[in-house]
Amino acid sequence: MTLTAPPLPTGPGPGGAGTGLPEVTPEFERAAARADSRRGFLMSLPAYVYLVLFFTIPFGIVVVYSLATRNTIGGTDLAGWNLDSYRRLAEPIVRDILFRSVWIAMLTTLICLVVAYPFSYFIATRTPTIRNILLVFVMIPFWTNFLVRNYAWRVILGSDGPFAAVTEALGVGRQEILFTHSAVILGLVYGYLPFMVLPLYAAIERIDGSLIEAGRDLYASGAQTFWRVLLPLSMPGVLAGSILVFVPSLGAYVTPQILGGGKSTMLGSYIVVQFLTARNWPLGASLSFVLMTVMLTATLIYFRAGGRKL
Amino acid sequence: MIGGTARPGSVTAWALSGTAWVVYAFFYAPIVLLVVFSFSDDRNVGRWGGFTLSWYEQFIDHSQLQNSLWVSIRVALLSTAISVVLGTLAALALERFRFRGQRVFDALLYLPIIIPDVTMAVMMLLFFSEGIRIAELLFGLDLTKGFTTITISHIAFNISFVSVVVRARLSGMNEQLEEAALDLYANRWRSFRYVTLPQIAPGIAGGALLALTLSLDDVVVTQFASGPGSTTLPVFVFGMIRRGVTPLINAVSVVMLAASIVLVILSLVTQRLRTGETGRSLGDRPRRRSDSSV
Repeated sequence: MTLTAPPLPTGPGPGGAGTGLPEVTPEFERAAARADSRRGFLMSLPAYVYLVLFFTIPFGIVVVYSLATRNTIGGTDLAGWNLDSYRRLAEPIVRDILFRSVWIAMLTTLICLVVAYPFSYFIATRTPTIRNILLVFVMIPFWTNFLVRNYAWRVILGSDGPFAAVTEALGVGRQEILFTHSAVILGLVYGYLPFMVLPLYAAIERIDGSLIEAGRDLYASGAQTFWRVLLPLSMPGVLAGSILVFVPSLGAYVTPQILGGGKSTMLGSYIVVQFLTARNWPLGASLSFVLMTVMLTATLIYFRAGGRKL
Repeated sequence: MIGGTARPGSVTAWALSGTAWVVYAFFYAPIVLLVVFSFSDDRNVGRWGGFTLSWYEQFIDHSQLQNSLWVSIRVALLSTAISVVLGTLAALALERFRFRGQRVFDALLYLPIIIPDVTMAVMMLLFFSEGIRIAELLFGLDLTKGFTTITISHIAFNISFVSVVVRARLSGMNEQLEEAALDLYANRWRSFRYVTLPQIAPGIAGGALLALTLSLDDVVVTQFASGPGSTTLPVFVFGMIRRGVTPLINAVSVVMLAASIVLVILSLVTQRLRTGETGRSLGDRPRRRSDSSV
């Protein structure tokens, strides 16, 4: 974070004696710092108030609801706080969904990593002009409507769609993977691959090429150079990309809905079901709280590992 | 920059470029197919049955789709306008001043970016349902979720994104320029208006385009913040998809796709302007001092 020193004369500059400006004294500097602090505070105030009102308070309400009890008519009793809804997380149904979400998110992350690594390496080793063009073509899907990109796979994988036609033509029989875990993983990989490519590219591009040459000069094979030089040096990118893919995959809702057939296959959709159909708000709130905690932990690890701002 | 270790023409080099083309095909093939099928005269969403524009005509005649499209546009414009002002002020405060509560504010500003959609959506749902109940109890107001609640929730996440983009631009800017203006007897306002603002304008434009894109794309938060009366286009389409896919959805999707691609290209152009000024590469975050632009 860069902070400006109080932008007032602090030495024998234009503000010195003889220019009509006040003499620079410790008191004067302190007053200037105070004025600065007040200005900064006032400028941040609108956004500050907004976020406290529409982010911090809603967050507090979620915590309160997670401690509340669901009553028989599907409403929520806010009196008498307890940890019942957190205890329910250990029940087989909920636990299965938690495990399955973690497993699907991990598999998605791994596939993204394996696909994105050679791809990012390829981009990073091009000449600057080509590199920029290649990156633009990664940015376009990155910014394109997420719902539409998931829907496109629904069209492709649907019955009589292009995927079925291609698998039939290849002689492996009409494959239908829509509404399976494979379809969900495919959709997640498609959706979050750019999140892996961009940090990996940034990490690989920063590596000093002479280190790799040094490895080769010392008779390391290509594989040895990769495992002992390239991969360790690009580790910050691997970590950043993995977190950026893992976390949204874990909380995914749109993809399992569209490609998983609306079954509550993953944590994100299970949370939504608790609010919209099952009307068990305390359970939904406690699951949201758990998801948020996982998220914040991952982010802290990322910053600790020296990751830059997102 | 790092030189390729794979010798040109070697197996590794071929494998690398092969992978790259496969990944690009993976990125773009679904988008291209969707566009193609939106013109297909077949009731099956994924089969070619001759060229037609009838799905687009249906979209234009569909009053609910048109209504939700307008809600989307109004929400996007209003939430962007407000979050650009609040986000830019926040960015300036954090980058240029030292004040009490700064660290807490800094952390708070990052939270809407890093928490998952679903949790943000849950927060909004509980907040608005409690808020509406309290408003009814205390003031006898009969409020419903709709345009206002959607806009409020979009601003809540857009402020953070705008401020991150503007801050990146501010930290890459040469502070000495502002100091020079102040030394030359410009007051705070004039130095901001004539020195800082022109310098960070691409950042503000980039933040605004990002906010527009996020607002137009959002499904999850909006679904929880909207009422039965009015909702945005993506939420309406999401509901349609869950009831069953029709070629009409293909056409609507292509329209949304076109909107987001236009926005991407615009933001890449503003980014280009920035790169042109300072000679940074696209992948770089603007954190170096832009001495070359002086």
